[in-house]
Amino acid sequence: MTKPRKQVHLAVHFPGVNNTTVWSDPRSGSHIDFSSFRHLAQTAERAKFDFLFLAEGLRLREYAGQIHDLDVVGRPDTFTVLAALAAVTDRLGLAGTINSTFNEPYEVARQFASLDHLSDGRAAWNVVTSWDAFTGENFRRGGFLPADQRYERAERFMRTAWELFDSWRRDAVVADKESGRFLDDPAAGTFAHQDAHFDIAGRFGVPRSPQGRPVIFQAGDSDGGREFAAATADAIFSRHSELEAGKAFYADVKGRLAKYGRTPDQLLVLPASTFVLGDTDAEAQDIAAEVRRQQVSGPTAIRHLEEVWNRDLTGYDPDGPLPDVDPIAGENTVVKGRASVRQHRDPFAVAKQWRELAEAKGLSIRDLVIHVSGKQTYIGSPETVAEAIDHSVQEDASDGAILVPHITPGGLDEFADRVVPLLQERGVFRTEYEGTTLRSHLGLADLP
Amino acid sequence: MPGTSPLHLAVALDGAGWHPAAWREADARPRELFSGRYWTDLVLEAERGLLDFVTIEDSLGPQSTALDGFDDRVDQVRGRLDAVLVAARVAPSTSRIGLVPSAIVTHTEPFHLSKAVATVDHASRGRAGFRPVISARASDAKHFGRRDVPVLERLDDLEDRLLLDLFEEAADYVEAVRRLWDSWEDDAEIRDAATGRFVDREKLHRIDFEGRWFSVRGPSITPRPPQGQPVVSVLAHVAPAYELAVRAADVVHVTPFDSSDVHRILREVRGVPHVFGELVVFLDDRPGAAASRKARLDELAGAEYRSDALVFTGTAGELADLLLGWREAGLSGFRLRPGAVPHDLEAITRALVPELQRRGAFRTEYEADTLRGLLGLPRPVNRYAPA
Repeated sequence: MTKPRKQVHLAVHFPGVNNTTVWSDPRSGSHIDFSSFRHLAQTAERAKFDFLFLAEGLRLREYAGQIHDLDVVGRPDTFTVLAALAAVTDRLGLAGTINSTFNEPYEVARQFASLDHLSDGRAAWNVVTSWDAFTGENFRRGGFLPADQRYERAERFMRTAWELFDSWRRDAVVADKESGRFLDDPAAGTFAHQDAHFDIAGRFGVPRSPQGRPVIFQAGDSDGGREFAAATADAIFSRHSELEAGKAFYADVKGRLAKYGRTPDQLLVLPASTFVLGDTDAEAQDIAAEVRRQQVSGPTAIRHLEEVWNRDLTGYDPDGPLPDVDPIAGENTVVKGRASVRQHRDPFAVAKQWRELAEAKGLSIRDLVIHVSGKQTYIGSPETVAEAIDHSVQEDASDGAILVPHITPGGLDEFADRVVPLLQERGVFRTEYEGTTLRSHLGLADLP
Repeated sequence: MPGTSPLHLAVALDGAGWHPAAWREADARPRELFSGRYWTDLVLEAERGLLDFVTIEDSLGPQSTALDGFDDRVDQVRGRLDAVLVAARVAPSTSRIGLVPSAIVTHTEPFHLSKAVATVDHASRGRAGFRPVISARASDAKHFGRRDVPVLERLDDLEDRLLLDLFEEAADYVEAVRRLWDSWEDDAEIRDAATGRFVDREKLHRIDFEGRWFSVRGPSITPRPPQGQPVVSVLAHVAPAYELAVRAADVVHVTPFDSSDVHRILREVRGVPHVFGELVVFLDDRPGAAASRKARLDELAGAEYRSDALVFTGTAGELADLLLGWREAGLSGFRLRPGAVPHDLEAITRALVPELQRRGAFRTEYEADTLRGLLGLPRPVNRYAPA
């Protein structure tokens, strides 16, 4: 007997403030006009996607003490843009990354409960924890957290929010005009929570929302992050989009579920994935190479190198050879405000490896950065890409993908028009939405 | 020019209306109070009436008749949605009317609110504002657990140091929000292919706000909103609130009960561009019908409805007389609180507005496509831009 074919789950990530997003292309539109968000969301909904995803960054990235100006800069507020998108879509899930460090549980819970009401049950929360005092300078409560408290705070924050979501029974609002009873419970919303991070009590002000609570996403990759996801999340925003790494990650996190009394279908693994389409595989490869050059301009290549070298390399020619000076040891102080400043654990080894690679292949700085900073996940004709996505899902490397287009806002159009029908023909992707809530799209059971 | 310029009109939306028994009216939709559709319908009705803006009430806890804490009542509407998100939800479905949600500025973050209102302004193409509201309740403070606040036991407590501090903090909050709106110059985005730069970072500014309660570095993560500065409105009954309005507001909502109150209050809020009178309204075509409708609602509620603002019952013509009289006294507009929704909202848009139009006192079409435009406020120069 053959295994039943798993269904593919697809989502789209609004292009972000990093060099994946190509702003220099003539087709690149505004990153702030609502029309761009509307276009991408409506394209995703037309293609029957599960949800649209927004990342977050609460301080503009800085580079050597100045605002990083080579990538897209600026984005809207997450909650309000998602609430506005609820007005121009009917079924698409609306997922927002919201920080547990620069917010309080009561406020985040009332915002997510409100969003879930205003979207008729389509809200999702990607729970992240920052710990940098740099971002904290924008907030009254500051930002620093010791490393060992990060997941603890995130988990306590989220569980506190859950208590608030659960503080109203689903049928507490009766609104019976005849008898004059609006509520059937005088104490609806009552909560009290005390732990090392939060000590709050009172009444939650928002009645229970259609999904009960937002769908929970988790994005951390460390052991602590994986455990947090296994214990609490409905889906993981994963960075392991390649087949073998994806299979290992998938097996790891799904294997952690049993000890929390959960089954593998209760946690979806959705890798962030990029794509380039062409009429043929060869054409797609050519386009992909061109996109990589757009993504890695000369100045971007130099700055990428500086993240490893941890020193000013502005004098170097991006079309010339790699620097012969060594990296500066110690904490990277050049780049600030990235969601994940990738601290290269051994910059000397990386520099050595990159120099050897550049010499062996005759690569310039820009060529080298293009080479090492990762190519697109899916490259090919629509047939090739549809097959590869299906393969990733059937081989248990993922449950689908969160697609990151490189053009705003039309970067998903071609995928919607050419790849989605092929996935539907293969019988692995919905042709109509079955339910109205995001939980339903993701195959998650309703909460009471 | 008081007395001759057209009136400005706003409606204050809250649940099923301001009367506590309004949700029991036959045409009320109490089971839909927590849906996007309900709020969209209400704001579209206000837009059909060519109103300047709607406000949306909010609070950091469930509604309560108690001064502080909870009243355990089950016979009135309890629960509400975040007003800023309601405004965002309504923005794409409307095209001309201003959207001014309440935002509680005690316990919350100015950085978050600044970008939220800026985003509503982007989504509405220049129709956003907000109304800063303080929270003096100990029960609200316990929802955050970050500061100790004494329980309010008497209204007199509101005049003590605590209240002054809360209004001082609110003024700091609005200042930080306004600086963040200006922290991007309008032409900061350059997309200069030659140098590979997306923005000109010389046109992005730290705000370096330092105050007693918080500091905010900036710049905002959200580009300058279309209006430059969205509209800030303040409801004021007491001296510290008048001071906040003078320092921070484009519109102040005041609660006179007669023309002499109007004169007295106008002296307190000198310098605020717009002074709006605040009234709760019950409107019917037939003389006396509104008063008896209110009496019927009072009976359902088990108590006479009273308010911090004048409660008006009568016909659209009678209300127009009152409003135009107060305009003579110096008010530039009114924020009307419909006693029951949809009845009194539709009476405003379908009876009062035509009555005012007949008297040449209200617009017959929208003359601008931003809220500042409707209010006759110029788009302000950016405080950080070189002169």
